[in-house]
Amino acid sequence: MIAIIDYEAGNLRSIARAIEAAGESSIITADPADILAADAVCFPGDGAAGFAMRALDRAGLIDPIHEVVRRGVPFLGVCLGMQLLFGYQEENDTHGLGLLDGEVRLIRGAEKLPHIGWSETVFQRGLPGFDAGTADYFYFVHSYVAQPANPENVVGVTTYGEPFASIVARDNVWGTQFHPEKSGVRGLALVNSWIEFVRASRLTEVAAR
Amino acid sequence: MTSTATSTLTRRIIPCLDVTNGRVVKGVEFVDLRDAGDPVELARFYNDEGADELTFLDITASSDSRDTMIEVVQRTADQVFIPLTVGGGIRTTDDMKQILRAGADKVSLNTAAIARPELITEGADIFGRQCIVVAIDARRHEDGSGWGVYTHGGRRPAGLDAVAWAARAAELGAGELLVTSMDRDGTKEGYDLELLEAIGRAVSVPVIASGGAGTLDHMVEALQPGRADAVLAASIFHFGEFRISDARRHLRAAGLPMRPVPGQDA
Repeated sequence: MIAIIDYEAGNLRSIARAIEAAGESSIITADPADILAADAVCFPGDGAAGFAMRALDRAGLIDPIHEVVRRGVPFLGVCLGMQLLFGYQEENDTHGLGLLDGEVRLIRGAEKLPHIGWSETVFQRGLPGFDAGTADYFYFVHSYVAQPANPENVVGVTTYGEPFASIVARDNVWGTQFHPEKSGVRGLALVNSWIEFVRASRLTEVAAR
Repeated sequence: MTSTATSTLTRRIIPCLDVTNGRVVKGVEFVDLRDAGDPVELARFYNDEGADELTFLDITASSDSRDTMIEVVQRTADQVFIPLTVGGGIRTTDDMKQILRAGADKVSLNTAAIARPELITEGADIFGRQCIVVAIDARRHEDGSGWGVYTHGGRRPAGLDAVAWAARAAELGAGELLVTSMDRDGTKEGYDLELLEAIGRAVSVPVIASGGAGTLDHMVEALQPGRADAVLAASIFHFGEFRISDARRHLRAAGLPMRPVPGQDA
C-alpha cells in the first residue's frame, strides 16, 4: 500500500487517482502508523513551507518519515513536498526534512512569480520511460526552488528565470518540483516511472528476506 | 547546472465552463458527445484537445449548487489530469478547502474578496498563493479615465479602481489574476488590451485575459509580453468556431511558446 501524506493541504485526490491509474492503490493519511506500514510514501505539497512543517510536526509525522526513508522505502515529494526534502527553506525561514543536502530559496531572475504553467524539463539522467537528454513539458506552480548540494541528485532541469532542479533523486528519495498528476499523459508517465521503482523495491525487499 | 538560458514557460489556453446545478449552461455544440451538458464529459474532451487548464464557474453559487459542484469536481479530477480552477460562491476558507480537497487545484474569488479582502490572505496562508485566483470584472469609465470593478455580472459597481484592486489583491496573496473586460465580454471584438497592459504594469503575478475573444488573432494580441500569460475563453470553443488544437497551432505559428501536446504536435 502506498501512503499519501495528508497535512490538510489542498488537492490530494488527483495524485491518488494518478497512482491508481498506474495500477496501485493508495491511502490518504496523517496517521504515523500508516506511514510506517506503507511500502511507499508520496508527499505532495502546496502552500507555505512553515505551515507544512508545523502541520507535519503536530501530526507526529517527522520521525516516521525519517524512519521509512532510512529503511529504504520509496519516498516521492511533489512540489512543496520536493522542496521539503531539503534543509534550510528561505520561505518562512524554516527547516525542511533534511533528507537531501541543499537548501530552498526564491527563484531568481524571473519577471513574474509564482511560476505558473507548463515548462520544459530536460532529463539529465534517464528514468523508466524517459531517456537522458530528452525533454518533456510538465505543469509547475511555485516560487521557490531547491538548490541540491550534490549535482548527482539532479535528474531533470527546468529554466524559469534561472535553471533549477525540477526532478531530483537519490536512492529511494525522489522529488518533482512540478505536479505530475496535473501534467497530462507525460505526467502520468512520470508517476508510472516511480511506480515501477516502487515495484522493483518490493521485489528487492522480498529477495532480501 | 547545464540548461538553456531562456525560460521555457508556455502561454496557456483555458476553456471556461459555466455550470449551474451540475450542468453546463451553454453546451458544446460541435462535437458528438453523449451528453454535452455534462461538465465532466466536456472536461475530458477539452483535455484530449490539449487545453492547458480548465475553469469551472458556478454561476448560481447557492449552497445546494456548491454541493453538486463538489461532486462534479470529484468526478472530473478522477479522470482529467490537468489543472482545474473552480469559482463561484466561495466565501470562506472552509469553502476553499472543500473544493480543493474534491480535486480542484485553484479557487477563483470575486465578490467575496471584494467584500472581505482578508479572505485572499487567509486562503493563501493555508493553501499557498498559487491556489488563489482573484477574478476582476472591469468596465471602462465612460470618460475613459480608467476601469472600475463590477460585481453581479457587471451590473453593480464595487467602487474600486480595477488597476488599484489588482495591485492590492496581488499584495494580499493572489497568485494569479483573472481579468475580464465587461465591455468586451460577448462582443467578439477582442480582449481589452489597454486594460491588460495597465494591470500587467501594476502586478508581477500572472494575468489571465478574459472577455472579447472572437478570433485566434485576438488571443495572439492578448498574449504579447506585457499583457496576459494565459487566455480564458468560452463561447469561441463551445460553439465550434475554433478548436483548442487549432488555437494552439495558430499561437505557435505567431511565435508564442506553446506546449507540445503528445500525439498532436510531438
